[in-house]
Amino acid sequence: MAGWAHHLIIAPVVLPLVAGALLAVYDERRQFLKGLINLFSTLANLAIAILLLQAADTDTPGVYLLGNWPAPFGIVLVLDRLSAMMILLTAVLATASLIFSMARWHTVGHHFHTLFQFLVMGVNGAFLTGDLFNLFVFFEVMLASSYGLLLHGSGPRRVQASLHYVVVNLTAAFFFLVGVALIYGVTGTLNMADLATRIPALTGENRILLEVGAAILAMAFLVKAAMWPLGFWLLSAYPAAAPPVAAIFAILSKVGLYVLLRGRPLLFGSEAGEAAGYGTTLLFAGGLATIAFGVVGVLASQAMTRIASFSLMISSGTVLAAIGLSDPQVTGGALFYLASSTLTISAFFLLIELIERGQNPGADLIAVTAEAMGAEPGEEDAASAGGMGSPGTMVLLGACFIACALLLIGLPPMSGFVAKLALLAALFAPAGEGATAGLSAANWAFIVLLLLSGVATLMTLSRVGIRAFWAPVDAVAPRVLAVEVAPVAALLLLTLVLAVKGGPVMRYMEETARSVLTPSSYIEDVLSAPRVPPAKAGLQ
Amino acid sequence: MALLLAACIGILAGSGVWLLLRPRTYQVVIGLSLCALAVNLFIFSMGRLRSGAPPVLGSTTGTLADYADPVPQALVLTAIVIGFATTALLLVVLLAARGLTGTDHVDGQER
Repeated sequence: MAGWAHHLIIAPVVLPLVAGALLAVYDERRQFLKGLINLFSTLANLAIAILLLQAADTDTPGVYLLGNWPAPFGIVLVLDRLSAMMILLTAVLATASLIFSMARWHTVGHHFHTLFQFLVMGVNGAFLTGDLFNLFVFFEVMLASSYGLLLHGSGPRRVQASLHYVVVNLTAAFFFLVGVALIYGVTGTLNMADLATRIPALTGENRILLEVGAAILAMAFLVKAAMWPLGFWLLSAYPAAAPPVAAIFAILSKVGLYVLLRGRPLLFGSEAGEAAGYGTTLLFAGGLATIAFGVVGVLASQAMTRIASFSLMISSGTVLAAIGLSDPQVTGGALFYLASSTLTISAFFLLIELIERGQNPGADLIAVTAEAMGAEPGEEDAASAGGMGSPGTMVLLGACFIACALLLIGLPPMSGFVAKLALLAALFAPAGEGATAGLSAANWAFIVLLLLSGVATLMTLSRVGIRAFWAPVDAVAPRVLAVEVAPVAALLLLTLVLAVKGGPVMRYMEETARSVLTPSSYIEDVLSAPRVPPAKAGLQ
Repeated sequence: MALLLAACIGILAGSGVWLLLRPRTYQVVIGLSLCALAVNLFIFSMGRLRSGAPPVLGSTTGTLADYADPVPQALVLTAIVIGFATTALLLVVLLAARGLTGTDHVDGQER
């Protein structure tokens, strides 16, 4: 990348920052204008993310030196395949959930659009940064906006869930700080590439201190990724959130996974000397425990939002276990799974609200919300009266539900099947070891849990689907606007595209896995990134 | 000095964690604040304890050994600002929860 295109790397951070600041200026009566600005910024972000993904598909990551300081001294932004993919995923989810919220949800509280842009900024920044402390700052930007968004719509349930969410995340932030401080105290650097070059030289008690620091740091990300037993907060927070908020929150747990995916091979890869391979066993065991917990939870749940939350935990656990195995094939499959499951769960959260609109529990929640905002009880009905309420709606919603179910279970023809197939194929044929050695117990456990999670999801979703679509005799079709169904359908179509284009996508994911697991070119490129020569003063 | 600082951090973190586990929201907020203080002191101590050493290079000649490490001080500053803002936000949530549920129990209901 050269010329102006090089500056695109910082655009996913600057654009939402400027848009968010601009949105804060207008007051709440200008909802339409605010929505328009937000939509424009989100779509521009999506376009930039697509350009970045094309630019990142090489073996040399793009490095952006902030303030033109050379790498270990200044903060760097690094764009490689993994970060480009995550940014595109964020942009897609943001677009879908924003369009969904425009129908109604953006008006049930204050400053939705501002917080939304700042959340996107924090997530993008966390995916781009190559510096541990800068990661903390972006993490906090993301969390601070997520506190505000979780409260969006107010009501006792959301306030109660927010209280727990804020306290848990603040405590996790302390772990983050203690971990970063310990790592800095031992190595004297915060740049991730520089850290990777210094770790092999550490011996004795310094190495132990570094490992303690890394373990404490990882706690913060494992809380975010909802690993069992650190993830109970998710089960009260996500079902309570407003649906478009829950849909964009599906990417937040992926930020934790992203940092683990990036950081573990970088800091404790095969070249890390005595510290090599640190933490893999724990991540693998934790991942399996999370899947097991998710399976039990999915079977035991009645409410659809809880099923979606437990599915999110299963997908987190699957990726965590794959990170723990640190095999390029498995990681490639896990990345495909991550993309597919994030899109699915996001679509599922949006869909649940549409399905439950015709049923009672969702309805009183909205009534409570309207009351808390001081609106007249009748206003909500008047606002949504424009939607279509024909039996055709039920058919459309049912089709979307079946697509979601196929994706979560992992059945063809959707991308959930391709993802699970890639994972299972990689697990059955471990690279490196001889084929005669047979499968290790760890691989067997992973395979069994992966298949069990599919069976459990199948059972639960059939039960819930029958109850929601077939059992009610005098069911009233919910009034649903086209702008509300469109984002759900678009997300599901995207997963279909992922499945149809499985070959090229899988190649990208495998290249990503390979470059993440052998980070030598990442380290070299960051540390040798050239500074921009100073501009010539005056005319020549 | 090292022993005194270590004891300070220990006492602050210990009291903070104890308060964090209490059932009243106000105790939780104070516990978080105490933990934040302990964490800030801890970050500060990671730049090694020096007294009378300036963190900013002056005009005098000398080696870097005469100076304190400025990075942890900058980190502490950032951590204080972020901690302050999130504590303020938590206080608002606490008041909202008190108003909506009528109790200051963290679960919104007395057992």
